[in-house]
Amino acid sequence: MASDVARPAPPARRARGRSSQRRSRVAYLYLALPLAFYSVFMLLPWIQTIFLSFYHWDGIGARQPAGIQNYLAVLQNPQLRTAIQHSFELMIFFCVLPVLIALAMTGLITGPRRPRWHLIRAILFVPQILPPVAIGVMWQWMYAPDGFINQALKWVGLGGVARPWLASFTWAFYAVGVVGVWVTTGLCLAFFASGAQKVPMELYEAAEIDGGGRFRQFLSVTLPHLRGEIVIAATVTAISALSAFDIVYVMTGGGPGTTSIVPGVLVYQLGFTTFQVGRASALAVVLSLLVLVIISVFRLVGRERA
Amino acid sequence: MNQLGGRFATRTVMLLAAAGVLLPLLVIVLTSLQPPGTLTTGLSWPSHPNWHNYRDAWSAAGFSKLMRASGLVAAGVVPFGLVFATLAGYAFGIMDFRFKPLIFTVLMSGLAVPYEAIVIPLYYDLKNAGLANTYFAVILPLVGAFMPFGAFWMRNHFAGVPAALTEAARIDGASSWTILWRILLPSARPAIATLAVLYFMWTWNQFLLVLIMIQDPAHQTAPLGLALFVGQYTTNLPLLSAGTVIVIAPVVIVYVLFQRQFTVGLTQGALKE
Repeated sequence: MASDVARPAPPARRARGRSSQRRSRVAYLYLALPLAFYSVFMLLPWIQTIFLSFYHWDGIGARQPAGIQNYLAVLQNPQLRTAIQHSFELMIFFCVLPVLIALAMTGLITGPRRPRWHLIRAILFVPQILPPVAIGVMWQWMYAPDGFINQALKWVGLGGVARPWLASFTWAFYAVGVVGVWVTTGLCLAFFASGAQKVPMELYEAAEIDGGGRFRQFLSVTLPHLRGEIVIAATVTAISALSAFDIVYVMTGGGPGTTSIVPGVLVYQLGFTTFQVGRASALAVVLSLLVLVIISVFRLVGRERA
Repeated sequence: MNQLGGRFATRTVMLLAAAGVLLPLLVIVLTSLQPPGTLTTGLSWPSHPNWHNYRDAWSAAGFSKLMRASGLVAAGVVPFGLVFATLAGYAFGIMDFRFKPLIFTVLMSGLAVPYEAIVIPLYYDLKNAGLANTYFAVILPLVGAFMPFGAFWMRNHFAGVPAALTEAARIDGASSWTILWRILLPSARPAIATLAVLYFMWTWNQFLLVLIMIQDPAHQTAPLGLALFVGQYTTNLPLLSAGTVIVIAPVVIVYVLFQRQFTVGLTQGALKE
């Protein structure tokens, strides 16, 4: 870059034009295979999903044009609407609560002369790396009639509250939600703790001299420095709520009834068990639009405050 | 006093949180050591550990086959994914070319596409191509799906290399390939290692794609095998728990060895967007 600015003479510029063309060709050579894979296995199917969403199709016979009927179904069909609504409610468990809990923990562990809790942070991160299927299986048994949750309730004399949680029309959804908190809190803490490390220690010392307690230090020093990290953590976890599949599929399959149905599971059911491919595609398109909206809104919020 | 109280509160909160995270793991490990046929999954210490549950689970669920399938898929995805990520990252990080911002934006938009939004057409496309029920039906889409993150990750690494280094080599007449191979790659090892660890984990844990693309039990991977195993043997919980531990073990081992790569990769990869 700097060398381009250093020789602004016309002949050099012409030479640069030619060499930049050549360099473009070279760059395209490097990009050919990566972009081919991306286009064929990601971009193309995504466009096909949009295409399929405007048809009725059972996966075998002829496609019937459907106009926007599949999208109307997403808005009007109770099952599909419930799934979308649940994905927003799941954000409380996958995004809002983990961010708040992790922020509180960050407040406790940051500041001068405080231990960094590396081992504990590494442990809290573990759910991020486990196979979601295994997480679903483990929690299925935690909530089982003879599982740990009910056992613990009996220990503390609350045996009357014990129940088969995942079979409950009221509680199954919240049971899944708790797993969301379990999975994503450690990720949020990793974001915030690494962000907090960049805060100059003098700021804490200055706040201390001003007589600010821990809570004040957190509010006035740590929190403002974590703006970027909070936006990113919220974005990543909100997307994980919207596209949740494995854990819900294994734990409840969306049930009982549709009480814990989420778009991911419903896309699979509509697409591969009841073969309403058009409807499944419309739901998938709405889902990816929601992801885009979340990303744009969070980015905007982050920029506005910056 | 206040200081002491604060320290005590911090310690309590952190230890309780860690205990909460470890609890389901502890429950499953303990259950996996109970006598076969045990029907509870609460917290109780086995009177004497039944290690043979692991051997039984291994043969009952056919883990030899499942692990081999998972290994083969990972062996396909990780090397190809890394090579392509490096090539694309090199182009985006070091080179100037026409339509660079546009191409980069299109590629990065893939970060926002959930698997749910591509699996339906992908299934029909791959079936028509005769690839359904083969490892390729999982390997190829995963290599494509990992491209946005991988290219982004490697671009950030290469863009951080001082321009003087590559400029000097170019003036000396080094080809773009020599620059990549001789000058950039040696120092890119840590970045590539982090990406490798993440790719391995994402491949190993992948469920939805395998569920849809591979219905033939002979080609299924470990997480899928676990889900089926749990469906079949609902009554023998120690056996199922042992199976779950077996599926978890490889990623946990990789995590223990490369813990920093995981946290750095997953946080930095998202932060620099």
